[in-house]
Amino acid sequence: MNFEFSEDQNMLRDQARRFLDENCKPAVVRNVLEGDTDHDPELWRKIVEMGWTATVIPEDLGGLGLSYLELCVIAEELGRVCAPVPFSSSVYLATEALLLAGSAEQKEMWLPKLAAGEAVGAFAMAEGPGRTTPGSLQTTVSGGKLSGGKTAVADAGLANVMVVLARHEGGDGAALYLVSTDQPGVIVTPVPTLDPTRGHGNVTFEQAAAEPLGDPGQGWALTEKLLNRAAVLFAWEQVGGAEAALAQAREYALGRYAFGRPIASYQAIKHKLANMYVKNTLARSNCYYGAWALNTDAAELPLAAATARVSAIQAYYFASKENIQTHGGMGYTWEFDCQFYYRRSKLLAVNIGSEGLWQDKLITAVEHSNAA
Amino acid sequence: MDFNDTPEEAKFREEARRWLEQNVPTPQELEGLNYIEQAKLWQKRKYDAGWACITWPKEYGGRGASAIEQVIWNQEESKYDLPGGVFSIGQGMAAPTLMAYADEATKARFLPKLASGEEIWCQLFSEPAGGSDLAALRTRAVKEGDEWVVNGQKIWTSGAHYSDYGILVVRTDPTVPKHKGLTYFYVDMKSPGIETKPIKQISGDANFNEVYFTDVRIPDRQRLGEVGQGWQVALTTLMNERASIGAGGVAVGFDSVFRLAERVNIDGHPAIENSAVRAKLADWYCQEAGLKFTAYRTLSALSRGDTPGPENSIGKLVGAPKAQDMASFAIDLLEQSGAIWDEELSAEAGLFQGTYMSIPGLRIAGGTDEIMANIIAERVLGLPQEPRVDKGVPFNEVPTGAGKP
Repeated sequence: MNFEFSEDQNMLRDQARRFLDENCKPAVVRNVLEGDTDHDPELWRKIVEMGWTATVIPEDLGGLGLSYLELCVIAEELGRVCAPVPFSSSVYLATEALLLAGSAEQKEMWLPKLAAGEAVGAFAMAEGPGRTTPGSLQTTVSGGKLSGGKTAVADAGLANVMVVLARHEGGDGAALYLVSTDQPGVIVTPVPTLDPTRGHGNVTFEQAAAEPLGDPGQGWALTEKLLNRAAVLFAWEQVGGAEAALAQAREYALGRYAFGRPIASYQAIKHKLANMYVKNTLARSNCYYGAWALNTDAAELPLAAATARVSAIQAYYFASKENIQTHGGMGYTWEFDCQFYYRRSKLLAVNIGSEGLWQDKLITAVEHSNAA
Repeated sequence: MDFNDTPEEAKFREEARRWLEQNVPTPQELEGLNYIEQAKLWQKRKYDAGWACITWPKEYGGRGASAIEQVIWNQEESKYDLPGGVFSIGQGMAAPTLMAYADEATKARFLPKLASGEEIWCQLFSEPAGGSDLAALRTRAVKEGDEWVVNGQKIWTSGAHYSDYGILVVRTDPTVPKHKGLTYFYVDMKSPGIETKPIKQISGDANFNEVYFTDVRIPDRQRLGEVGQGWQVALTTLMNERASIGAGGVAVGFDSVFRLAERVNIDGHPAIENSAVRAKLADWYCQEAGLKFTAYRTLSALSRGDTPGPENSIGKLVGAPKAQDMASFAIDLLEQSGAIWDEELSAEAGLFQGTYMSIPGLRIAGGTDEIMANIIAERVLGLPQEPRVDKGVPFNEVPTGAGKP
């Protein structure tokens, strides 16, 4: 049994943590929260320099050719510090979509740029409130021109290239398209969100030039596969955040005195923190399973991804809200950083589909594996 | 990252598997024997072939095997439905304490018979006034010559009625603070003055007992550790109350409730199509998988030769309430008929109702949910203990409630 990260991967973790402790202090996150930017360009530049955006891209396409386990390690560390950068959109979604379905030309066109940070990618799926399905899609392509509107697209304002889910007559009812944002038919309107440390936008496509990514008519199956892969990486970010929230709650509870003793000595607080630890540990262990399935492209990936995703959503939500509760009134103030985790936990929870959606996917995956 | 054995582990697993294939008792061999006789037959067979208590040193009846080999053995052995369990307190808790505190002659006398299953041991710790607060126990021992005279009552003692020996903590000095006045012994369960009464549980079963001590005489040579050091010795025992890695666990789990949800209907559709049912099942799946993969991480640490971290302490804290909630939910899915608890009439032969009635005990046994949460808070997260009003107070001046015997 060797259900753990390798020594090299653990060294990468240490290195990533040191780098982010140095370069993504809470003040960096706060600066984006309070300012009018949608990310920290300096931090993003340094992350690109570290090569993290190139992690799983093959070497002949300008990448490092490392495994998904390395990417999981980086995701956890980025989650721990609530990094205000478009990493998840560009790496877990756009890069991944190209690796999954891109033609040789498309890969050559975009992957070296995404690896080198010369381009940022985004994934545009939702068109309004509620779950997206092939039947709900209104965005269409006709004669290579994309028209329609997408909502709450993470990092839309930074993206040079978007992977867009559109309606398709026939097949599974959907198709993915690759759209360069460098054209007048792509109009991004920034939208305020629960977590201003990550930019989001509504996007209108007016006869925008679009090329199919993968076979039209298999767009929904591709999207499902893409989301399963991304879910593992999101889950690692969420577990990183949940652990940071627990650490913050612990530190505060040890230092804060009430009725003559540290509040960390009251069982009401101890049990709260113990519950955080339990949820975080289960989520982390499920993330290991997800990491293994992602890295080996195992048949179990849909089940492993949903398991990691559901438990990570729940763990982060719990840790972030109970961290505020542990801090009492101070936790509710703008001045304190507890809000970072509370905001980010909900953003990550809905970015690629909610807890309820993934609970449903989990049971569907069980049904499929029982039927097989 | 993979789920595979190392070559050495695979070799050991193969060896264990082959031996089990050839030596597991046949139904004919077990026929006519009661459960304890069956368990003893199997344990002796393992002992004779060097497969009992395999991490123990060879001179005490073990195999000198590693912790990961123990886990592999457990995994292979648990593939068969074999009698066992009656030895777990003796082998898992009494034996490590003997190894740490007994003299060589005592070890040579008792450890091989613990390994072979010829002698069964029980644990005489808890009392009516000392459960979660174990050190508040009151059973008194007074020295008379070379003997101690013991009077008092123990409770929740599993297997007391069929045990040969017991490990016992008693109060030898009530005038000092509670942790300092305790002493640890082992006792022959057939000693005059020991009386065992089964306790009927809400499930209708009787798995444990009250044990009364009336002028029971224990030779001083059966003391483990110094007089007044009983608490430290007891901690050795309790630290070995180990989480069962890789073992089966409780019966109601995701699979049984999932199967039920496929069979029963809600508004004319299988319950499994209902989104509320799916959400609940998904959460339980996540908990179950989380525990499984946490155990895998522990195994990996063992495999590397490391001492596992505290992650595995969460097993009972998560597993018991989950089983309770799942049993309750399964009964709800059955609607009115869920009330019926009968091997022939109930779904899954009454598994859900049986679990519903037995699981409250598991949330209390071996550390309540609340104590387990304290352990995580204090030992894993390093949070301080609650202040104790009995700290430093002589035991006979500590305030008591209605639990006084």
